Amino acid sequence: MAQVSIRNVALHFTSRRVGTVTALENLSLEIPDKQFAVIVGPSGCGKSSLLHLVAGLTEVSAGGCYVDDEVVTDPGADRGMVFQNYSLFPWLTVRKNVEFGLSIQNISADQRAQRAQHYIHAVGLNGFEDAYSSQLSGGMQQRAAIARALANDPQVLLMDEPFGALDSQTRTIMQELLLRIWEREQKTVLFVTHDIDEALFLGDVVYVMSGRPGTIVDSVGVTLERPRHYEMVTSSEFIELKRRIMVNLHREVEQAMMQNQEHLIG
Amino acid sequence: MTRLFTPKRSIPRSVEIGVGTAVAGSALLTWCLLSYLQLVSGAFLPRPDEVWTAFVKVLSNGSLFEHMQVSLTEIYIGFFLSSIIAVPLGIFMGSYRIVAAAIEPLVNFMRYLPVTALIPLLILWIGIGIEQKIAVIFLGTFFQQIVLCADVSANVSDDLYRVSYTLGVNRRQVITRVMLPATLPGVMDTLRVTMGWAWTFLVVAELVAASAGLGYMILQAMRGLHPATIFVGIFTIGILGLLTDLVFKMAKRWLLPWTVVH
Ligand SMILES: Nc1ncnc2c1ncn2[C@@H]1O[C@H](COP(=O)(O)OP(=O)(O)OP(=O)(O)O)[C@@H](O)[C@H]1O
Ligand SMILES: [Mg+2]
Repeated sequence: MAQVSIRNVALHFTSRRVGTVTALENLSLEIPDKQFAVIVGPSGCGKSSLLHLVAGLTEVSAGGCYVDDEVVTDPGADRGMVFQNYSLFPWLTVRKNVEFGLSIQNISADQRAQRAQHYIHAVGLNGFEDAYSSQLSGGMQQRAAIARALANDPQVLLMDEPFGALDSQTRTIMQELLLRIWEREQKTVLFVTHDIDEALFLGDVVYVMSGRPGTIVDSVGVTLERPRHYEMVTSSEFIELKRRIMVNLHREVEQAMMQNQEHLIG
Repeated sequence: MTRLFTPKRSIPRSVEIGVGTAVAGSALLTWCLLSYLQLVSGAFLPRPDEVWTAFVKVLSNGSLFEHMQVSLTEIYIGFFLSSIIAVPLGIFMGSYRIVAAAIEPLVNFMRYLPVTALIPLLILWIGIGIEQKIAVIFLGTFFQQIVLCADVSANVSDDLYRVSYTLGVNRRQVITRVMLPATLPGVMDTLRVTMGWAWTFLVVAELVAASAGLGYMILQAMRGLHPATIFVGIFTIGILGLLTDLVFKMAKRWLLPWTVVH
């Protein structure tokens, strides 16, 4: 069980240079157990900040994040995260990276190796166990980062534009890979992306965020059947959903840009 | 041909050795031409064979080893003492605001004081013995090492810390699990660079006041108008520096294998 609740959350940043920035305001979101929730929103609306809040890496300014009704105060191994920038530990091999979380929990070397091998296999990195991250392509690094997060068996998986830096072919392959793994593991996922196709292809529900200060302006249930296949992106159902999100998002992006302009002029 | 002049491209090993030898060889050749053809007076520029004779002499009478030993002892003790304190302090200063707030003002004041300006004071306080050289090397490298290591640790990506927290690391474990390994390559570079400076401080200290050491040997040779021995001293320092650098390179290969893979 891992139900994520975000209740009336606000987040302000205060710095001397720009004063107080309200990144998130009055944001609420209920993500049921085992849901694949996707968040799309204009750049700078606070998507990464939201994931950081759920991960416990940043403190809320108001409201609270809850996992199974327990308030989040600190980061913990129950909420794994995959970052947009490749965040493998460069001094560790792929195997040691994947084992990292397990070694913190004092799990026996045998079991560690077995679990690591399982996930290295699941993301298709066999043969690269002893490679360092500098020897891997971007897609491979991101696969290793996913394996590292999964090997720790978190209840909630937070993914911040994990495929944002990949080319479109690699991206498609990674999306399918992620879905196959998710179908087996059945975790609650909170996935952030810019890409509407990606959002619809992966998600059970797509939440659309407004420009800063970010709140949820629309939630779109994705009725496409599972398991999903890439041909679905051309189905009329997919295109209908895409139109709805695009209209919403376009409006938000436009407003966000106008606001910024006013901000600059005024 | 295009390959040789493409930024960051590797070149054949033979070419690598070839051009290195050629440049060093032409420097040697220039020296031979200038001295044997008497283009520069022998009082200023000794001939290679004179330098060789001087070298054999100081080697056989044991004085070269004596001076070398003194210099090496001074530099290694001074450098070691400085490094074991400055490296951890610098790493913490770059990562913990509280440490930075506490020591940054003092460190920034001290790092702009040229250590050479402190030599007279040090002579007054602790004389001209080995302790004074160690103090000069220590003061010369210590504050620079702190600042350089602080830079290295401040530049560790936030995401590495964040990801480790989401994998279950606590605030204490993050030091050994992330901070130290992430800063290690930069710390090694810092040590390598400051070791070079330490040689400079050492020789300056020995030139100012000493009763032994390579700098002292050079100074004595100057007083005796014996440029060949000056050259022996300079070459010895150069070769010792080269060897130290080699040790750093090998240590990097051994300690930091992930930085040398391609
Ligand atoms: N440490 C910080 N200090 C001050 N302001 C910050 C900080 N981090 C984020 N912000 C501000 O909060 C807002 C949201 O940032 P965030 O990184 O969450 O946006 P995002 O939606 O993830 O953007 P992108 O799509 O470009 O990744 C931004 O406007 C940014 O300026
Ligand atoms: Mg972001």
